[in-house]
Amino acid sequence: MAGIKTLIAGAADYFPGFVRRPAPRFVTESGKRVYGIVAEFGETPAMYHAAEKVRDAGYSRWDVFSPFPVHGMEKAMGIKTTKLPLIAGGAAITGVAFAAFLQWITSDYLYPMVVQGKPYGAWEPFVPIMFELGVLFTAFACLFGMLALNGLPRFHHPLFSHERFYRVSNDRFVIAIEAEDPNFDPDKTRALLEKVGGSHITIIEEED
Amino acid sequence: MTAFEPDQSIANRLTGLQPGAQPPPRRQKTIPGTRDDGTLIEDPGKRAPLVLGDRSFGEVTDIVCGYAEAPMPKPWLALFTITSSIAALGTGMILYLIITGVGVWGLNNQVDWAWDITNFVFWIGIGHAGTLISAILCLLKQNWRTAVNRSAEAMTIFAVVCAGIFPGIHVGRVWFAWMLFPIPNSNAIWPNFRSPLLWDVFAVSTYATVSLLFWYMGMIPDLATLRDRAYLRLNRGISRPFAIPMPVGKDIVLPFMPRPDTIRAFVYGLLSLGWRFSSRHWHRYEKAYLMLAGISTPLVLSVHSIVSFDFATSILPGWHTTIFPPYFVAGAVFGGFAMVLLLLIPIRSILPNFSDLLTLRHLENMAKILLVTGTMVGFAYSMEFFIAWYGANKFEFEVFANNRVNPNVAPYWWAYWTMIICNVVFPQLFWFRKLRQNPVVIWIVALAVTIGMWFERFVIIVTSLHRAFIPGEWHMFFPTWVDILTFVGSCGIFMTLFLLFLKFLPVFAMAEVKLVMPQAHTDDHH
Repeated sequence: MAGIKTLIAGAADYFPGFVRRPAPRFVTESGKRVYGIVAEFGETPAMYHAAEKVRDAGYSRWDVFSPFPVHGMEKAMGIKTTKLPLIAGGAAITGVAFAAFLQWITSDYLYPMVVQGKPYGAWEPFVPIMFELGVLFTAFACLFGMLALNGLPRFHHPLFSHERFYRVSNDRFVIAIEAEDPNFDPDKTRALLEKVGGSHITIIEEED
Repeated sequence: MTAFEPDQSIANRLTGLQPGAQPPPRRQKTIPGTRDDGTLIEDPGKRAPLVLGDRSFGEVTDIVCGYAEAPMPKPWLALFTITSSIAALGTGMILYLIITGVGVWGLNNQVDWAWDITNFVFWIGIGHAGTLISAILCLLKQNWRTAVNRSAEAMTIFAVVCAGIFPGIHVGRVWFAWMLFPIPNSNAIWPNFRSPLLWDVFAVSTYATVSLLFWYMGMIPDLATLRDRAYLRLNRGISRPFAIPMPVGKDIVLPFMPRPDTIRAFVYGLLSLGWRFSSRHWHRYEKAYLMLAGISTPLVLSVHSIVSFDFATSILPGWHTTIFPPYFVAGAVFGGFAMVLLLLIPIRSILPNFSDLLTLRHLENMAKILLVTGTMVGFAYSMEFFIAWYGANKFEFEVFANNRVNPNVAPYWWAYWTMIICNVVFPQLFWFRKLRQNPVVIWIVALAVTIGMWFERFVIIVTSLHRAFIPGEWHMFFPTWVDILTFVGSCGIFMTLFLLFLKFLPVFAMAEVKLVMPQAHTDDHH
């Protein structure tokens, strides 16, 4: 289900007219939809403990942005394990089956050739290509499955309108809590982010 | 590490935003009185630091991105001028071959595979180090790999590009090369799936594709960093105009051209797919990376095994050997690591701040791998020879004794002994700690190994082929100038691609380097 929602959200980014979004819960003074509140952190431990506290406060639509994959972050944020291995496993089986079919149909049926008197349909010589295509399909599934589940490529995002957010790719950590979270409240959320030690707390608005 | 100082950090950040600006080099290059840069400690209770000079996350970004944004130093430009000319020459040779036919090479009725397949196996073997470093060392949790994986993967791709040229053009009528692939055609002819040559087509093309995907996926976050830096410079109006760098004299500023940062923000932005460093994304990214590492490990072992099947499944004495798959894989890792060292050691001096990220310890670790794989290759050579004698196959023993080893009767004895000296004797120097910690010695050994590995393939292919069962079929192989220049040209193509990689892409996996730095720990006490 989560995957389908991600796909719809991704499609909404490219075709805004096709997906109707609910009315904004919060708008800024200029009348724009509020995306959420961001807070900045300078050090890994501070960010990590802050994430634990945001998780314990019961938020669900929020994210931590870090220049590198921080170890143990899925625990600190309460992220469920991804379904990606299932996709990859499916791709592996498809690849092996495709290779077996391709080799069998050509060698045994479409164009049988006598090679050293061996049976046309012997499976042993088919193993290397079955392995190779299994690997090939899995590799594609890993990369493109990861991107699809992440909703990428997505070249536009409300957070990119915040100049300080660009530091994430260098050396800063950012926690963003989205306005669509049921627990979101401009004042309480800001207070929470202040309490856990965030700096440069800012409200991000969407450009729509 | 000192406490985080926001003002200092922002000041550094602003200076780092200048395109190509580097943080100051570290003060003490080595521990006084030693050659040790602080990473060669032998205390088992202490881990050698992976990043030197107390670098912060921001400084690592500035070092890696700085070099990708700066005009390259003059040695780079001089080298690039030479290698791109050689690459053009190699391309010319390939065109000449296609226009005229394979007769321009020195192949004859007896030696019908020579430099072409030697070069193919040589390059594909070199291409094994990158995936080995990113996949096998990832599964083994070897953190030091983060300093070398990106450049080794790049090298892998470029080596596979060079490797792919040779089987493509050696088939004679290049325009029929599509018959290698199982494509429905009007003749209703399908390829022979029982042939190792066809397995090779699948293995090499799968390997090239998977290596490319792996390399690209690892690069997405680092490309996003380059995108963000270019965007911030444009946003703050400190972007430089477009100028053509000249090997001598001043750069030429071009009017009416977009700023380089505009191009960077667009190209890196497109390639980084809008990556925004989200932890939810990182979680899936790491899972995907781990799975790619898991499937690349058997892949890297399978590719050179399948390449060796090209020989091992024939009935030619000298090729028909069951030891070939493991022997080829060990040789490939050996040759690949030698090429990594050959390329990375000069980079440490041309781009000096990289020596903070690529320390003597890294070089020593790779030297140890050279020693291990070199000894494995030496064992394979002796075992091959032993079985040729012990197996009591007269023809196989003749190939070894009279075609390769014995200087009095074997015309290719010099190739065989070059191979033994370069591949087996030279790496043994690394038993001595002083020698394996000296970059110059490592570089010389790596060069010897690269030469030796080319000769290994030459010995296997040409010395086995040049004398068949009847003396009337004995022919020597003499390369023509086209043979030689095609090989030299492939080296030019390889070097040109690598130099372009140094200029335009993040040479170190920044996100992964940051991950293994002490500041990345989530507990407060470290």
